[in-house]
Amino acid sequence: MIIEIDKLQLYYTDFHALKNVNLSIPERSVTAFIGPSGCGKSTLLRTLNRMNDTIPGVRIEGKVDIQGRDIYSSDMEVEFLRKKVGMVFQQPNPFPKSIYDNVAYGPRLHGISKKSELDAIVEKSLRSASLWNEVKDVLKKSAWSLSGGQQQRLCIARALAVEPEILLMDESTSALDPISTTKIEELTRELCQNYTIVMVTHNMHQAARISDRTVFFLNGEVVEASDTQSLFSNPVDQRTEDYISGRFG
Amino acid sequence: MRAKTVDRIATAVIVCVAGFIILLLAALLGYLLVRGLGHISFDFLTSAPQALKAGGGIGPQLFNSVFLLVLTMIITVPLGIGAGIYMSEYAKDNKLTAFIRLIVEVLSSFPSIVIGLFGLLVIVNTFGFGYSLLSGALALTIFNLPMMVRLTEQSLRSVPKEQKEAGLALGLSRWKTITSVMIPVALPSIVTGSILAAGRVFGEAAALLFTAGMSSPRLDFSNWNPLSPTSPLNPMRPAETLAVHIWKINSEGLAPDAPEIAAGASAVLVIMVLLFNLGARWLGRVVYRKLTASK
Ligand SMILES: Nc1ncnc2c1ncn2[C@@H]1O[C@H](COP(=O)(O)OP(=O)(O)OP(=O)(O)O)[C@@H](O)[C@H]1O
Ligand SMILES: [Mg+2]
Repeated sequence: MIIEIDKLQLYYTDFHALKNVNLSIPERSVTAFIGPSGCGKSTLLRTLNRMNDTIPGVRIEGKVDIQGRDIYSSDMEVEFLRKKVGMVFQQPNPFPKSIYDNVAYGPRLHGISKKSELDAIVEKSLRSASLWNEVKDVLKKSAWSLSGGQQQRLCIARALAVEPEILLMDESTSALDPISTTKIEELTRELCQNYTIVMVTHNMHQAARISDRTVFFLNGEVVEASDTQSLFSNPVDQRTEDYISGRFG
Repeated sequence: MRAKTVDRIATAVIVCVAGFIILLLAALLGYLLVRGLGHISFDFLTSAPQALKAGGGIGPQLFNSVFLLVLTMIITVPLGIGAGIYMSEYAKDNKLTAFIRLIVEVLSSFPSIVIGLFGLLVIVNTFGFGYSLLSGALALTIFNLPMMVRLTEQSLRSVPKEQKEAGLALGLSRWKTITSVMIPVALPSIVTGSILAAGRVFGEAAALLFTAGMSSPRLDFSNWNPLSPTSPLNPMRPAETLAVHIWKINSEGLAPDAPEIAAGASAVLVIMVLLFNLGARWLGRVVYRKLTASK
């Protein structure tokens, strides 16, 4: 298990947003978080790379271990953690720079300056994000000139360029058209051979299509976590069944 | 139908007001240039003023204005951007921060003559900097800093949260995210703020009367040792700027051609401000394009 979450509680000032979450996430697999809006999926995802640190008033109890290290212990460097745990957001958010510079950005700021080395990283990352063939001749063009789906794959390439081991995706296809969505879904399947992927999705079909394991949340609690097929075909908890059969949410 | 009439009337009023303002500006600019341009010559721009005879120039004053501008911006821009970054990214949301923000707000609307007097009491006398370029630059820093801080703070706050999070999620430190992701996005507003600040430096007279002084020593433009008292680069010498000079010859000029000199100097001042504006905008665009690869 690459991620182990133990008795995690999270409060936004006095709102109890995550209640006693216990969860293990296996390596090199796709785990999907599903549940109605406001149930804490993004919140849990953002505790995994400590993005919640930037929000004032957040309080956390319990333990989150990634690769055996407690990420909330005082000797954990948050920059190191975020290099290991990359993130792709809901809205594509490339920097207002060229395609090349977007991908080379992280490596550069982490100290790589040799052109040949950067070139290699850019190509490798863009290939992994299945974007290379579409942009290899226009690397100097602004990233904002790409389509939404291409921008999102560029953001994936940008995240891959700093060599993470875990990739967090928060509804990363919800702003995209069906074709771009399919592309990113296929890409997710490919990437999970080398990376551990944790994704939030509102689309149950998407979870069923591409995830190995699914976690169902309700009001800040994990109701059920199991492999995707059994969660969808015979859920143990009544609330899970109600949700996946569309009775609420 | 009625909504349409109202809309039409409102549009007409707005167009009239806008037209009036543009006309006013054009008239003002035209008046200054028509009156002054004829008097501008190479000699006028480079020679020293004459106290009693006709034919004096504005060379030292022009140099002083530019030098004071550079000096002020060297102090103001880093301080203003630094404080703006602090206020928008590091300051906690508490009473102290709110208080600082209030002070900044109040300071930015301070009358410049009050800042001039403050400069005289504190910088010139207490610190003992005398009437000098440095005193003037410090007074103008007090004058401009609040605006710089506010503009930087606002422009950083208006950088989309997604951009900031993208930087942080790549494992960049907070500082690196600010300097390499947010500042480039905020740059156009910061440049605009700096231009406004610079324009105020060029035009300011009241804050300088008692700080940079109303006289200029005989300058030796072949002496570039900043420590020598006759060197133009010496920051500790008194320095009358163009704006102060215009005020002085208009109120107590004895030279027979004082009105022409004032007109010429005003035209030069206006042209300098325009040139500076265009230049700074161009520079801002070039830097922005370089940083963002946008077309
Ligand atoms: N910065 C914040 N301050 C206070 N409360 C917050 C904050 N962010 C989220 N919350 C609250 O925490 C709860 C969980 O939010 P979260 O964003 O994790 O939900 P979600 O499951 O991702 O929902 P969605 O599917 O709509 O994205 C919500 O009730 C929300 O109102
Ligand atoms: Mg969410």
